[in-house]
Amino acid sequence: MIFRSARVSAAELARETGWELKPEGLCRDERCVPFAVASADAVELADVSRALGMPLAIEPRAGLWALGPEAGGTALATATLPDIELPDLDGRPFRISSLRGTKVLLVAWASW
Amino acid sequence: MWQELRAELHPRGLEIVTVALDARGAPAARPWIEKAQPEHPSLIDERHALAALGVVNVPTGIWIDEAGTIVRPPETAYPRRPSFKDQPIPADATPQQRERIEIVKALTVDGEAYVAALRDWVAHGAASRYALASDEVVRRSRPRPVTEATAAAHFALGQQLSAMGESDLATEHFKQAQRLHPTSWTYRRDAWAIAGADYASIYGTTWLDDVKREGVERYYPRLEL
Repeated sequence: MIFRSARVSAAELARETGWELKPEGLCRDERCVPFAVASADAVELADVSRALGMPLAIEPRAGLWALGPEAGGTALATATLPDIELPDLDGRPFRISSLRGTKVLLVAWASW
Repeated sequence: MWQELRAELHPRGLEIVTVALDARGAPAARPWIEKAQPEHPSLIDERHALAALGVVNVPTGIWIDEAGTIVRPPETAYPRRPSFKDQPIPADATPQQRERIEIVKALTVDGEAYVAALRDWVAHGAASRYALASDEVVRRSRPRPVTEATAAAHFALGQQLSAMGESDLATEHFKQAQRLHPTSWTYRRDAWAIAGADYASIYGTTWLDDVKREGVERYYPRLEL
């Protein structure tokens, strides 16, 4: 999740991470994490990083900020497959969840 | 690679979805996909979204049941015994070529057992002994310490910088990602692929050096079926 400033709008944060800024804190799905904000429209990525345990990496020479996934626990917090949408060769998006009702073998491969 | 198995198992209720973990995106994956002409969905994962599920090398398979529940977490997945396991060593091979072939042949891959387990699951569903309970799936999935989560952020920076033409800065972040997540082969190999022919001088290592130093079982951990 790449950002071009240390402070981003709540809308951008939600678009990139799925975490929405609400009166009760940062919320995603059923979960809310307490989060004190000075403004309802924008957040400091460093504060988000601390609140959610998502490491922040910065490249000041290019003006880039990146949030990693939530640290701690295991890669799979539950056995429910997260909603994954990826494009095909022609850029058409495909959701793995569209295959509900069928068994799926998801295979990661690479050209390298 | 998967079409034959898909033709066998699709009529019995299995779909295969192949996902290319290629930071260079569709252009890098296209020749392989166009040659394979898969009938199953074939997707491109430029940003290594699957790394978040614990995918650290390829080929890696994840089983998902009809309800969208993972019943086997990421593990090495070959649809058959790969031909590299049986490749002969040419009589005129240089010592270096010989060493590489010997290492590749020694990789811990058990495609036959994997496919037998897959067939069993397709036939018996939740009753298959290979379909794991949810708590076992979570237990077997990789831990995600702060170092590895930080590695993902550096890899993302590396990709972005690479796309911006900032190769030297990109390399710094790819190296950080590799240092922080030393068991991820995808972070190494995709960054090497981006670096191209000079990768060994840029990263100070090669695939062969790394596999020799760390051992074949760190490359493909033994299947725990």
